[in-house]
Amino acid sequence: MILTLIGVFSYALQMKLGILHTTGLSEEVAWGIYIANFAFLIGIAAAAVMLVVPAYIFSHQEIKQVVMVGEAMAVAACIMAVMFILASLGRPDRLWHILPMIGRLNVPRSMLAWDVVVINSYLLINIIMLFYILYRNYQGKEPHYRLYFVGVVIAICLAISIHTVTAFLFSSNVSRPYWHSAILGPRFLASAFTSGPALIILTLQIIAAFTAYPVKSRVIETLAVIMTITLQVNMFLLGAEMYTEFYSQTKHASSIQYLFFGLHGYSALVPWIWTSIVLNVISVIILSLHPLRRNRRLLNTACIMAITGIWMEKGMGLVIPGFIPTPLGDIVEYIPTHYEIGVSMGIWGLGAIIFTLIVKVVISIQLGELKA
Amino acid sequence: MKHSKHRTQGADQHPPEGENPSSGNDSARGADPVSRRRFFAKAGAAGTALALGATSTALAAKAMEDEAFQDSWNQYFQDHYQRMTKEEVTEALARLKRIAKRNFEVDLEVANDPPIENVLFGYALNISKCKGYRKCVYACVEENNITRKPHIHYIRVLEMNNGSMDLEESDHYYDPDSVPRKGKFYLPVQCHHCENPPCVRACPTKATWKEPDGIVVIDYNWCIGCHYCVVACPYWARHFNWEKPNLPEEEIVKKTHYLGNRPRMRGVMEKCTFCIQRTRKGKLPACHEACPTGARVFGNLLDPNSEISRILRDKTVFRLKEDLNTDPKFWFYTD
Repeated sequence: MILTLIGVFSYALQMKLGILHTTGLSEEVAWGIYIANFAFLIGIAAAAVMLVVPAYIFSHQEIKQVVMVGEAMAVAACIMAVMFILASLGRPDRLWHILPMIGRLNVPRSMLAWDVVVINSYLLINIIMLFYILYRNYQGKEPHYRLYFVGVVIAICLAISIHTVTAFLFSSNVSRPYWHSAILGPRFLASAFTSGPALIILTLQIIAAFTAYPVKSRVIETLAVIMTITLQVNMFLLGAEMYTEFYSQTKHASSIQYLFFGLHGYSALVPWIWTSIVLNVISVIILSLHPLRRNRRLLNTACIMAITGIWMEKGMGLVIPGFIPTPLGDIVEYIPTHYEIGVSMGIWGLGAIIFTLIVKVVISIQLGELKA
Repeated sequence: MKHSKHRTQGADQHPPEGENPSSGNDSARGADPVSRRRFFAKAGAAGTALALGATSTALAAKAMEDEAFQDSWNQYFQDHYQRMTKEEVTEALARLKRIAKRNFEVDLEVANDPPIENVLFGYALNISKCKGYRKCVYACVEENNITRKPHIHYIRVLEMNNGSMDLEESDHYYDPDSVPRKGKFYLPVQCHHCENPPCVRACPTKATWKEPDGIVVIDYNWCIGCHYCVVACPYWARHFNWEKPNLPEEEIVKKTHYLGNRPRMRGVMEKCTFCIQRTRKGKLPACHEACPTGARVFGNLLDPNSEISRILRDKTVFRLKEDLNTDPKFWFYTD
């Protein structure tokens, strides 16, 4: 709710400007903090599924109660992701060109076209599920299990799709050796299934603190275990990637060289990525040791560290080095401008507003304050 | 084949003297046609929406009748180039002429020459002749009505170290007192017009495609400016209009092509089109004519007697990043 205020304030900033020539982007670095945030938010959108799977596949009763929070987060994250894409478009006014039938969507060849399809489908299915469950609860009934199950299965498939397709969006480019790696898809899934639950853990505690909404500690524990495993996998995959690149030291390793150690005297991202690595390592240590993880304060610290670390690694750390050096070997660095940061804050703020509004409705319906 | 045989046929176009791509001309009047027309569109729409009284309704009606408004309205809803009917294309071309007249006060010719049958364009460049003068770069900027400031160059000449093909060691911004420099050689790179172009695959709206004569083109009115083609291109050949293109009126080349050098708008991609407006009329690309050392050879790959076919047959040639299997139609060779 405080977030909302910040959101409104920074959204005003976004209203002020948002034009491309106010960005730090260049011919050399065509994507920056917007696409970085997009890639990260696609991960957060997994939140819904991380709650839905244990709740309905394994009939985990306690988690069922907080599924709606995950759905709300998925909806907000998807909307934010789409907004970040819009912010980076040169001609957002021509968006109708991607509409099927009216426009010309380049399916099946373009990965970006596929991403449009899966992200919007995922957004749609989450909105439908959210409204359906809320409507049934509003009437004081349980949702129909069969209808629900179909929705859940579709949502799970789409959740995996949005991560793999977004990863393929990057990895399909032969021109960018840094991304051109089969491990990128699995890395996306691993980090998404870390940052999603981490954000949910924090959010649930905030909700529990400010409202009467029941949040059982077993829910938090289940999420913490999921997050522990995925973060371990994530670190392992990152290590595998680094090994392959650094052991052979080909020219294709130039970008990762730039990211971790700098290249030809350019090293803007070096402190950035090492901060991320340190955060992730501390987080994975806390999470992996049972007594530490069961300490709520330490768990929260680990969550914040993991979210920040992954935002740095899967955002700027993933997008920017793909452009450095350029396919013709030129090095131009990128630093976001205050306009770009303002717009990004605006979108995050708006996402927070959307999330807060949905959750408020969810809570009042589920607590029985709002009834048919 | 005519393109390669008559090297001097387009000699009326001389390479520019000044090397500064920005002419220093202020072109406030050359403001982005789209944003101005969008203003009209917005004004019209707002007027209609409010409809508060007779005045605003009348204003809206007047706006609807306004030619500039109509042009912007119709251009906004213009279909993809490949899907337009003959009449729609004629209309679109006439619209572009009217818009150019309004924005630049020039009488533009916007052609729509189709690909010539049995022609597949290819380019070969003799790197032992290239001395790094960059005449091709500036001739290209002028011919293709490219924005002067911020500047875009379709051709980038890399100063390379002798004994290596390492692009990372190349200097893109070499600026010595005189070229060529000792121990260096020069490698001009532009769109390679791949037979299997990654940019075309990447485009989410099919706004870019490969024509039957091998030229990879863009419908500037269809591009949404997502940058994905920039990401996909291994030759760094695609360029984005970050700001409204700045084009001095008196330097506008009036003979244009819909898919080629017609003035562009902000927020869309552009690239080398092998000078489609010239080559489809049997002329040579501007960079070819500008080259003072005769390092460039352009022609029809399907004609076994063309100079380019002969070079591919008899010389030792190479292509950049051939391992990516994009099959570029741009070759380098040495004497």
